[in-house]
Amino acid sequence: MDFTSFLIILAQALAVVVVLMTFCAYAVLAERKVSAWIQGRVGPNRTTLPVIGSIPVIGTFLTRLGIFQPVADGLKFLFKEDVTPAHVNRPYYILAPALALVPALVTVTVVPFGQYITEAGEMVPLVLADLDIGILFILAVSSLGVYGIVLAGWASNSKYPFLGGIRATAQMISYELAMGLSLLPVFMWINAPGTDAALNLTAVVQGQQGWWLVLWQPLSAFIFLVALFAETNRLPFDMPEAETELVGGFHTEYSSFKFGLFFVAEYAHIVIGSAVFTVLFLGGWHPLPGVPLQLEGILGAISSVGIFTTKVALLVFLFIWVRWTLPRFRYDQVMRMGWKVLLPLAIGNLIFYALAIAAFDSLK
Amino acid sequence: MALLVQRKPLSWLEKTYLPQILGGMRITLKHLFAPKVTLQYPEERPVLPENYRGVPTLVKDPNGREKCVSCQLCEFVCPPKAIRIWPGEIPENAETAHVEKAPDDFEIDMLRCIYCGLCQEVCPEEAIFLQDIFSVTGYSRDEFKFRKNKLYELGGTLPDKHYKWDKKKEAAFRGNEH
Repeated sequence: MDFTSFLIILAQALAVVVVLMTFCAYAVLAERKVSAWIQGRVGPNRTTLPVIGSIPVIGTFLTRLGIFQPVADGLKFLFKEDVTPAHVNRPYYILAPALALVPALVTVTVVPFGQYITEAGEMVPLVLADLDIGILFILAVSSLGVYGIVLAGWASNSKYPFLGGIRATAQMISYELAMGLSLLPVFMWINAPGTDAALNLTAVVQGQQGWWLVLWQPLSAFIFLVALFAETNRLPFDMPEAETELVGGFHTEYSSFKFGLFFVAEYAHIVIGSAVFTVLFLGGWHPLPGVPLQLEGILGAISSVGIFTTKVALLVFLFIWVRWTLPRFRYDQVMRMGWKVLLPLAIGNLIFYALAIAAFDSLK
Repeated sequence: MALLVQRKPLSWLEKTYLPQILGGMRITLKHLFAPKVTLQYPEERPVLPENYRGVPTLVKDPNGREKCVSCQLCEFVCPPKAIRIWPGEIPENAETAHVEKAPDDFEIDMLRCIYCGLCQEVCPEEAIFLQDIFSVTGYSRDEFKFRKNKLYELGGTLPDKHYKWDKKKEAAFRGNEH
């Protein structure tokens, strides 16, 4: 590989990471704003920037919307005192926040977020790495994210983070199974006899040019969504954090930028999870069920990315909306639901679609 | 009388949690668009009730005379001993020379004050009032010791029903007939 193409790839990777981080920052803002609105409050509406904030109407409107708040939040994480308690296991304690964030940033490489149709009518997916084993890669790497949490709980060497770490382990194992099993019917559907698609995510999106998979396989989508809530540690499954029970859970002993990394990692997981859900079940960049996107050239590319981001943003809103609606499940309820409800449901779902696809194939 | 609440067993649909979750989400969605109740504090101020007990202040009567005669009853009654008064004489040639006394200095330590309002209740001259100021800030302990000037500045002038000392002066002028 020569130096220029290396630079181009580096620039693309940087661009995607920057966009993802911005998305995370504004997901935090959205969380604060939506929670405020749901509770009849106003939310952050004071932070402003010197020049932009003083533009008569727009500046005031943006300030009221809290658009500049993420800047202040980020600066706060940078400049607060970084306390490292004496009782921690230092190397692992420092490693844990990075280990929580890195998997989230790595999974974004295989998520296709748009398409570019050349004048010859050839479809080029907009993705950093169009792997043939895309979904395997995502499942493998994203579940590494739990190591950051477990390591943080263990290296903190105090009781509440430890409990948080234990819960994270148990929860991840229980819901990873249901998640994987709920995805199998999707790929059986895409790889139905006579087609040739592999585990590629772009192929899943292209397979949804007609109806979306959420309409064909609502149960798979539902199980995947519930498992996704559990995997991203969001309420009603925020066992590892559970601030009313465990102080701060796994990040109790963390402060300043290290805590900021955990915080960003949580939202990065949400954004990536929403993106994966969009790709698998919501037709990726196709605007409506049954209406594939066929615009050519740069305009088509921009609109595909726009449609994709809109869907991801709506899903992130769903995550926030559910968080501020539901109370937390008890730990044993979470376990019971994972093993005794979701797992059998996912297996039944898998068998049903396996039989259905086989029957459909023999009819042909 | 004991009330027996009949608990119906959950139906199959209710056991899936889903109808309740959707119902809850409908409620939160409704609240998302409902008008907000936040009071934008420094710009908007809360409406205080008439009998609100804020910061204790000294007031003047409509003639501009300080009403406190430094009887020190408030200093005596103050439960946390926040009030300190240095009594002083009124100069002979002053217009209010007929009034008994006036405070040389008056101090309320706002770090001690418990806003109980006993000073207002005990004051025979209606000179001290807990008015509507509720936000007290400062950078040092000294800034929280409100001295006489500050107390009069905060208190301002309140309407007076009695003009006690004016009546006394008139009565003395008429020779204190009874």
